[in-house]
Amino acid sequence: MNPPAGEVPRTYPDGKPLLEQPHWQQDFPTDVPEDDHVARREFVKFLVLTSGAFVAGQLWIAAASSLRKNGRLPRQQVSTVAELEARRVVEFRYPDEHEPCLAICLAPGRYVAYGQKCSHLACAVIPHLDKGELHCPCHNGFFELSDGRPIAGPPRRPLPLVTLEVQDGVVFATGFELRTI
Amino acid sequence: MRPILTRRQKDTILAGIFCVVALLVVLQLWLLTATMNAFMGGDHTVVWPAAVASLGCLLVNLWLLRRLVYLQRAGT
Repeated sequence: MNPPAGEVPRTYPDGKPLLEQPHWQQDFPTDVPEDDHVARREFVKFLVLTSGAFVAGQLWIAAASSLRKNGRLPRQQVSTVAELEARRVVEFRYPDEHEPCLAICLAPGRYVAYGQKCSHLACAVIPHLDKGELHCPCHNGFFELSDGRPIAGPPRRPLPLVTLEVQDGVVFATGFELRTI
Repeated sequence: MRPILTRRQKDTILAGIFCVVALLVVLQLWLLTATMNAFMGGDHTVVWPAAVASLGCLLVNLWLLRRLVYLQRAGT
């Protein structure tokens, strides 16, 4: 029952030689290293399949990127300067009715506006003017009030910036800018 | 003439292939999350280069898988 010269002897899970294995094992010997090879090959196959899934995801993003509209956004009235300075925060929707936004008066003559959806999971952020921050209550995310950048919690991207224009005492929204940093 | 490899040599090569494939898959995962973050942030410049890089990783993985199957055939 010894293996031919030059061939690596088969090993078994309990480490004992073939002669000390139970009868059923001697009758139907399992080549354990060969078995391991097959298991590893199956795992590599699964990894390659995962690799293919990642490529599919990348191509989906690329297709979505190509199909995205890049038109010029409309100019929309947000509020009057007097109203914004009196209320300090004005809610509006821009560029369409599905995008809630906040116009904030930081100081007289100094206005900013952000998309209200948290960049983490799109919950509505709440401004805390006294603390100088915007708070997302869903997962305790915090954003800087003056520039919309994330300062704590899970969000990694800033809030979308709405560009404003003031003309004749009226505040207009003119653009919607997604940001990564 | 094809080299005759011992089981131990095959084992080493298999482990190497396995490591490279695993590394490339982790790289692809990182690429996907970074691209998604850039896309959600309105940065579309990295989308196609990242897709091409990921496709390159897949092609290398497929080639390695092919080598692995070839290696496990008897007599090689």
